[in-house]
Amino acid sequence: MDATAPSTPGVPVERRENGESALGAPVERREGRQKVTGTARYAAEQPRPGRAHAWPVPASVARGRVTGIDTAAALALPGVLAVLSHENAPRLSEPDDAMLAVLRDSRVPHRGWFVALVVGETLEAARAGAAAVRVDYAVEDHDVTLTRDHPAAYAPEEANGGYPGTREHGDPEGAFASAPVRVDVGYSVPPLHNHPMEPHATTAEWQDGRLTVHTSTQGATTVRAVLAGLFGVPEDHVTVHAEHVGGGFGSKGTPRPDVVLAAMAARHTGRPVTLALPRRFLPAVVGHRAPTLHRLRLGARPDGRLVSLIHEVTTHTSRVKEFVEQAAVPTRVMYAAPDSRTAHRVTPLDVPTPSWMRAPGEAPGMYALESAMDELAGELGMDPVELRIVNEPDTEPDSGKPFSSRHLVECLREGARRFGWDRRDPRPGSRAEGPLLVGSGVAAAMYPVMAQPSTAAVRALSDGNFLVRINATDIGTGARTVLAQIAADRLAVPVDRVRIEVGSTDLPAASLAGGSSGTASWGWAVHEACARLAERLAGGPVPAEGLEVRADTAGQADADSPYARHAFGAHFAEVAVDTVTGETRVRRLLGVYAAGRILNSRTARSQFVGGMTMGLGMALTEGSTMDAAFGDFTESDLASYHVPAHADVPDIEAHWIDEDDPHLNPMGSKGIGEIGIVGTAAAIGNAVFHATGTRVRELPLTPDRVLGGIGRGAAPRGF
Amino acid sequence: MSGSNDPGSTCSETTLTVNGKPHTLLVDHRRVLLDVLREDLELWGARKGCDHGQCGACTVLVDGRRVNSCLLLAVALDGSEVRTVEGLAGDGEDLHPLQQAFLDRDAFQCGYCTPGQLCSALGMLDEAAAGHPSRVTTDVPAGRPVPLDRDEIRERLSGNLCRCGAYPRIVDAVEDVIP
Ligand code: FES
Ligand code: FES
Repeated sequence: MDATAPSTPGVPVERRENGESALGAPVERREGRQKVTGTARYAAEQPRPGRAHAWPVPASVARGRVTGIDTAAALALPGVLAVLSHENAPRLSEPDDAMLAVLRDSRVPHRGWFVALVVGETLEAARAGAAAVRVDYAVEDHDVTLTRDHPAAYAPEEANGGYPGTREHGDPEGAFASAPVRVDVGYSVPPLHNHPMEPHATTAEWQDGRLTVHTSTQGATTVRAVLAGLFGVPEDHVTVHAEHVGGGFGSKGTPRPDVVLAAMAARHTGRPVTLALPRRFLPAVVGHRAPTLHRLRLGARPDGRLVSLIHEVTTHTSRVKEFVEQAAVPTRVMYAAPDSRTAHRVTPLDVPTPSWMRAPGEAPGMYALESAMDELAGELGMDPVELRIVNEPDTEPDSGKPFSSRHLVECLREGARRFGWDRRDPRPGSRAEGPLLVGSGVAAAMYPVMAQPSTAAVRALSDGNFLVRINATDIGTGARTVLAQIAADRLAVPVDRVRIEVGSTDLPAASLAGGSSGTASWGWAVHEACARLAERLAGGPVPAEGLEVRADTAGQADADSPYARHAFGAHFAEVAVDTVTGETRVRRLLGVYAAGRILNSRTARSQFVGGMTMGLGMALTEGSTMDAAFGDFTESDLASYHVPAHADVPDIEAHWIDEDDPHLNPMGSKGIGEIGIVGTAAAIGNAVFHATGTRVRELPLTPDRVLGGIGRGAAPRGF
Repeated sequence: MSGSNDPGSTCSETTLTVNGKPHTLLVDHRRVLLDVLREDLELWGARKGCDHGQCGACTVLVDGRRVNSCLLLAVALDGSEVRTVEGLAGDGEDLHPLQQAFLDRDAFQCGYCTPGQLCSALGMLDEAAAGHPSRVTTDVPAGRPVPLDRDEIRERLSGNLCRCGAYPRIVDAVEDVIP
């Protein structure tokens, strides 16, 4: 560390004891005390004098038009203040994101779309009012069923993230046809719901033409820009606070209808209004992971080397906008294959709009690829760890770029060692414990490195402390803590000398907590600001009024890199399958990651384990279905959509390999929030196969499917 | 209070002792305990994750027993003692030892489920001490304290969802305070 430590009159600058860097240390969460005492306030927990509550009315048909809204009964109820609909809601500008075009017109693009909003003095009044609103519809026929050969399917230009929809190298079909060993299988992943524990919520208030909102979002800077545009006010008339956010997992990545509706209701009624979306309304309006149907064709030589790799994905989007889950994209990164094709097809249906859910693309894509790799290992009679190792590419297969760092092989080997992989009998169905069949599986993980420009300010205070200000969002990752560590490291001061403010548009603008890019993006700006401050102070005294320095990483954080930059990892799972009930229980789950420099070992571990836990849910319990007749998600609440509970989750281990990668950002870090879910479902599915000898190619691996597979013997190919 | 407790009235006077402090309120009959705590008493620590008894975020202790406060009509609890996360630390205590253990173990991320996990765990410890059975323990005689191993803790806390996946750390924290 070569930063010049600032000195302050009367306050000796302590170098960190024994030269230890604050980076990497298991520093405790700064807001931890507020969270364990219950004093942390989330978006709905913002009392104001005269605050009213809103309750939405979801469309009860899957497609059509609203022909009439009868609000008389609702307005006659005590405590009901207003009913907003497209007939009387404030007119807003057209949003760029059509998901936010709420109460604009009579169109019903899918069931659950909000057609009215009731504002009441209390929650109870608003809810009763919503139940009393009568909506008439002109109903049209709907189609919500995704099939592999839907006539409306098309090949999109781009998939989510701006990736090309299709990539092809060489003659993949020909190379596959002539490959000595072939696997041709289909996998399917159902719609999945993010369901952060804090439902989407906003408290909004207008005062003298200025709007203040407290909202549950992963990025307040964008919320402000969107609200200013919609309501036609300058951005500096809008303030957005997101001090504490009860999880997001992608579903709060951009503004969702709650923030627009709350601001509308507040403007319409002249009162502060809180809108906390009821849990069962979330799946229809906040985005979901789109279902993906995969076909994988893997052709290999007898030594395991891939000669052809074809990954084709079919998915759905809504009539509202195009969103294509980029599930074939990870296959462009993983393995060397001279001939390859990765392609997406998407079908617009009368379904809710899909969006980001933790590792969009990678989570379902790597489930399918890593399951198919396991099948190929079986065909070859090869160890699945070794199969991955022999297909390790020298450069990124699709782009030809060199990797900035890639330690997948090390993760696999280290994971195998820790897991005791060498003691595994590779024969499927070889280990029985009474009625249980026990097996283990492995899968690789990958997540791209991303960063966006951000701004930050750091101030040297006359009391010897430093104040870092940045509109970062802490959705549970520990952003406050790690950013303080980054600042302390750069300023060469103990971390407790750094104060930090995040979560408000009163602070310098910053990018969202998404794409596992938060720490890299914000940390980069904080690091820059601290570097400049250290230079300005240059060992001299801090002026009495303090000294503030700002940094903006535009042009830096978003600069193109000549390197392919990704985090890698390996997941290992052991399961026990009950041959009587079909129930699968995970006994052990282990992840080893190579994700650059780990900046806080304590919070990083929690993120890895949290990601793996969600992957466990994806493997075994989570799944939503579109009801063909009603056009509705059948599993819309937490009683029917099963996120993992305590009893489902064994002791999970997360480890990492230190990487020293100079091509990332000043901290040398890669994102860690999503990679834990990537590949976990495949590792568990592969373990179920190893336990039972039967391959179930449709998630989740519920008892009916597993039992059906055991009873059937060999499984069909999955499509 | 005029109008309260009349036949046909939609509100009733209700007295609750919350964290040792008595409160008498005119409560809408539709109002659940969770909303009384949050909206009337501004005790926001009990969180609303689902409002339907499906997530445990709203868990508090009523007369010493853990409950989903979103499922209980407040008017039906007249005279009850309620303890919320805000009332966990004892007299002169900064934090309850379980709160400290959650901090020490990093047993949360977003923190939204945390107050419910804490209240649920405390209620659970008492239940186990009182010999309440669970699916995991089949061989403990009725009424005898149930020893809590990790499987027992997991089973007994399964009504409290954590989407951040802090479960293993929560079990660690609970183990830290088992006497
Ligand atoms: S809010 Fe009460 S159980 Fe979910
Ligand atoms: S800490 Fe976020 S839901 Fe448990």
